[in-house]
Amino acid sequence: MIYLDNAGTTKIDDSVLNAMLPYLKESYGNASSLHSLGQHAKEDLENARNKIASCLNANAKEIFFTSGGSEADNQAIISASTMGARKNKFHIITSAFEHHAVLHTLHKLEKQGFKVTYLDVYKNGIIKLDDLKKAITDQTCLVTIMFANNEIGTIQPIKDIAKICHEHNIIFHTDAVQAVGNIPVDVKELGVDMLSLSAHKFHGPKGIGALYCKLGVPLLPLIEGGNQENGKRAGTENVAAVVGMATALELATTNLQKTMQHEIRLRDKLIKGLIKIEHSAINGDLLNRLPNNFSICFEGIEGESLLLLLDDKGICASSGSACTSGSLDPSHVLLAIGRPHDVAHGSLRLTLSKFTTEAEIDYCLTVIPKIVEYLREISPVWDKLKKGEISYAL
Amino acid sequence: MLYSEKVMDHFRNPRNIGEIVNADGVGEVGNAKCGDIMRMYIKVENNIITDVKFKTFGCGSAIATSSIATELIKGKPVEEALKLTNQAVVEALDGLPAYKLHCSVLAEEAIKAAVKDYYIKHNIAYDESLYCAGDCPCTHNHE
Repeated sequence: MIYLDNAGTTKIDDSVLNAMLPYLKESYGNASSLHSLGQHAKEDLENARNKIASCLNANAKEIFFTSGGSEADNQAIISASTMGARKNKFHIITSAFEHHAVLHTLHKLEKQGFKVTYLDVYKNGIIKLDDLKKAITDQTCLVTIMFANNEIGTIQPIKDIAKICHEHNIIFHTDAVQAVGNIPVDVKELGVDMLSLSAHKFHGPKGIGALYCKLGVPLLPLIEGGNQENGKRAGTENVAAVVGMATALELATTNLQKTMQHEIRLRDKLIKGLIKIEHSAINGDLLNRLPNNFSICFEGIEGESLLLLLDDKGICASSGSACTSGSLDPSHVLLAIGRPHDVAHGSLRLTLSKFTTEAEIDYCLTVIPKIVEYLREISPVWDKLKKGEISYAL
Repeated sequence: MLYSEKVMDHFRNPRNIGEIVNADGVGEVGNAKCGDIMRMYIKVENNIITDVKFKTFGCGSAIATSSIATELIKGKPVEEALKLTNQAVVEALDGLPAYKLHCSVLAEEAIKAAVKDYYIKHNIAYDESLYCAGDCPCTHNHE
């Protein structure tokens, strides 16, 4: 099996699993208990927090564990908007192609009376700073813009966004779920106020993430019921998962440059090989993108069929195709970068990891063009394009 | 799994795929914006559908429903083909996920469209009430 869906989730690293196991066996203490079993758990929890903080160049007091990236996004946005509302500020700025954890939270706030500005991400999948400056009003309480896009991998100018926000005293949150562990993330250097991360995107376990919240930036709990996480997130701490996340992030950080170089080399080989397929186009900026992200649209075919046939060939891939999501609309990300509906249906996303080998990429380069050719052969849309009855978009 | 074995079989090995050059009837339904387009070609001799081929742009179930629909009408009298329902298509495939049911509707409509084209081309009177007034199964707003 060739696993190229690492933006979806990653294989847990053996060393991560081994670091977690004691907490699922003998070291099962509740970190809030007074007895020694509990206190050891607490100690290990805090050690893990220190490690994570150090990987991000943060203070341990700024790290709050959550159930994952979605919860961290929800908490950051709900907290900042609630604080904004107290000051009578009801305006939020975001980008058009955020993760649904951000978009759906914002839609909820819109129903409650907030105004949300969705910045254009243009063809290259990157916002324009001038658009942000123009969108800011004295009503703006929060800017939330993702670090790197989950579908097309484009990276936003986070440091510049933070600077602009701070010139206007606005809280800046970034959903960095795809960035942390995959590219350098230094919260002090970036100047962000809040940042969400998720362990299973960097070979850690699922169900655990964190919200970085800068000292001095107010944070309200989303989940009530206990004093854990300094009163910001109730619920018995998942020590095994937290230790797993810390181990995974340390490992990723130590090997970051090596992994990035490996991924970039293989990704560029994919780009070079697959862009040769006629009437196809890479989605998003080629330079400002995650090292492991490859995203392409093939005209005249539909993504789900492509994924199913790839799966038959042992390749786990994903697509911006809507078919699996139960909606007929294609990916909001591909529509946001201006791909027409019919073209957006024919997308393929391959996301690499440190485990990806050159032989796997070579195999993809022989298999994918054949599948695309077959699907085009049986496609009435391709037939019309070829006959000139409709015109090519790519 | 998302799909039944029958669906996967028809998706992986679609029956009657391709086109008929001098078809007696051609019908195309669906919308690329929604992600599904089906085109059916039929050959009719003595009121019997002697050959049928299709081309489909769409997801796994769109290809599978087209494929099984061609099997269900091949060798049948035209009037019988017109009676094929989307429910029969779904049953023949051992079921479809609820949000994929529209694919079976498309398959039924593609056949009806091909037969209609045959009637028109051959100046055969037909019952217009059999055809929907363009109310495609994807009723959402595309833009």
